[in-house]
Amino acid sequence: MARVIFNTDRCKGCGLCVTACPKQIVHINGDKVNAIGYNPAEVSEMDKCIGCAMCATMCPDCVIEVRR
Amino acid sequence: MEEKVVFARPSLLTDAPFHYCPGCTHGIVHRLIAEVLGELNVSRENVIGIAPVGCAVFAYDYFDCDMTEAAHGRAPAVATGIKRVHPDKVVFSYQGDGDLACIGAAETIHAAARNENITIIFINNGIFGMTGGQMAPTTLLGQYSTTCQDGRDPVLNGYPVHVCEMLSQLKGPQYIERVSTHDAANVLKAKKAIKKAFQYQLEGKGFSMIEVLVACPTNWKMTPVKALEHIKNEVIPYFPLGVYKDRG
Repeated sequence: MARVIFNTDRCKGCGLCVTACPKQIVHINGDKVNAIGYNPAEVSEMDKCIGCAMCATMCPDCVIEVRR
Repeated sequence: MEEKVVFARPSLLTDAPFHYCPGCTHGIVHRLIAEVLGELNVSRENVIGIAPVGCAVFAYDYFDCDMTEAAHGRAPAVATGIKRVHPDKVVFSYQGDGDLACIGAAETIHAAARNENITIIFINNGIFGMTGGQMAPTTLLGQYSTTCQDGRDPVLNGYPVHVCEMLSQLKGPQYIERVSTHDAANVLKAKKAIKKAFQYQLEGKGFSMIEVLVACPTNWKMTPVKALEHIKNEVIPYFPLGVYKDRG
C-alpha cells in the first residue's frame, strides 16, 4: 500500500502538491499552523494514495517522502 | 510485502531548509540536479558547483558538495577556471536570468563559444527576484516589474533576450535546451535534460546549458498555482521549449 509522509514543519503551504495530485486527496489545512508559520499540506484519505509521487515531484521544498 | 521508499530528499542536498518563497520552483531545480548527479553515480567529492548572485546566492548551503560563489554574472568564467584545473570533476554553475543574461552575458557567450566542458543551469523567471522584482533581460513585453510599472514597453525598454536561441547560433556549444517546471510532466522532462547535460560533460563533449522556466509568485504578484499557469499560458509561447542544439 502506498503512502506519503509530509515533513510538515518544512511545508510553506504553496499548494503545488494539491494541484499535482491525480487523486485529489492532498489539501491545505487552514486550521493548522506549522513551526514556520504556514498552513501546511496534508493528505485526507491515505488509502486512496497510489504512490505516483506527483506531489513530491512538484514540491519545491522536498517536504514529501513517498513509500509503497 | 515490504514497504520501499520511492521518493525522498536526494543525498546530494544538505538538510538545510530552502530560503525561497512559497511556490518558487528554484527548489525543484535544486532537487533535480542532486537527483541526477546521484543517478549518474557522481559522488559528492567529485562535484564542484558555482552559486550566482541572485535568489540562488545561498545555493552553496543546499548542495552537499564543494561550492563556490562567483561575482555577479561571472560564474561561467569561474567554472572555466575550476574545470581547467580539475578536469576530472563535474563542474556546474547555477545562475538566474539577471546573472546570466544581463551582467554575465559576455561570460556566458564566450564560455559557450569556447565549448568549455561545463554545465550551466540557467533559471529564467523573467525578473530580478532577490532585489525586489526589477525588470530583467527576460521580462516579457507588457509584464509589470518595479522598474517598468506600466508593463515592459519595447520602445523604451527593448525586447526580451532569448538566450537559448542566441547561443545555439554559435558553433561551440554541445547541448542547449529549454525546459519548464510548470507541471510534473515538464519537471520530469527537465530532469531528463539536466541528466543529458551532465552526461555530456562526463563524456568530455563540452558546453551544455539547460534553461529552466521557473515561477516567481512573489514578484509576479500571483499565487503559486496561478504563477505556474502563467508560465504555461504566457511565458512558454514567448520562450518555446525544446532542444536548440544537440551535437550528439
